[in-house]
Amino acid sequence: MDSKKYLDDISQIKDLMNRSSRFISLSGLSGILAGVYAIVGASVAYFFLRPEPNAYITLHSWNFKILVAILIAVAVLSFVTAYMLTTRKAKKNEEKVWDETTKRLLVNFFVPLVTGGIYILIKLTSQHYGLTASLMLIFYGLALVNASKYTIGNVKYLGYAQIILGLICAAFPGYGFWFWVVGFGILHIIYGSMMHLKERKA
Amino acid sequence: MGLIDNINKLFDHRIRLGIMSILMVNEEVDFNQLKELLDVTDGNLSSHSKTLEKAKYITIQKSFIGKKPNTKYVITQSGKQAFKKHIDALEHLIKSQE
Repeated sequence: MDSKKYLDDISQIKDLMNRSSRFISLSGLSGILAGVYAIVGASVAYFFLRPEPNAYITLHSWNFKILVAILIAVAVLSFVTAYMLTTRKAKKNEEKVWDETTKRLLVNFFVPLVTGGIYILIKLTSQHYGLTASLMLIFYGLALVNASKYTIGNVKYLGYAQIILGLICAAFPGYGFWFWVVGFGILHIIYGSMMHLKERKA
Repeated sequence: MGLIDNINKLFDHRIRLGIMSILMVNEEVDFNQLKELLDVTDGNLSSHSKTLEKAKYITIQKSFIGKKPNTKYVITQSGKQAFKKHIDALEHLIKSQE
């Protein structure tokens, strides 16, 4: 018996498992930028839309509509940035971006995310605003954990961190805004920087 | 019990080992993806996949997408178990020779 052959077998197994099941890694820079967009969006909301003390945001007020517009803008910008930077990185490494695994990655990411989004909207229409930030963090975290099976890197841990933060947020009503800033802003920047440093070393 | 008892002869081939590795981590894979990943010819891939199908380690599902034939490969429960056993046996062998 030569163990060399068996070692080769094992490394071939590993290589094929990795190549066939994992979507190319998301670029770290896109994480940093997503965090920056979130913080800019939150600052705009904080300085321009802060309701008067004791005032409530109502669903049909302009403030509320602008707030939703800011949220959508942050989400779309982050997604487009991630898409563009990832494609660029994949081209440089001569990897394919659009294959079965990418499709599965997106499906696995969007199922929990869209579920959460719809759930939050339903709660909002019945005037439950209190847990919005917490729910956003939790569902986003679940989406990340769910999608992480199809990416290289440690997106899973970012997902866990978001879920934990979301749960803590649920225990501290009234501070939702700040938890949102920490989760979508600061955690993204920390995670993105870590990934970015790793990419430059590699 | 000898060390090589659990080495599965069927997996002792580069292409069959490759097919099993890919199917272990993917719900279903089609012919072209397998071909691309393993870098083999059509004939090679279909003959080796048939061998695995005969052993009931994988199932081959043929269908049509429009007019194009589409063949999908899925690992079976017994295929998963057999492959895990094979990997364990490989590990054992390597450890015992260190």
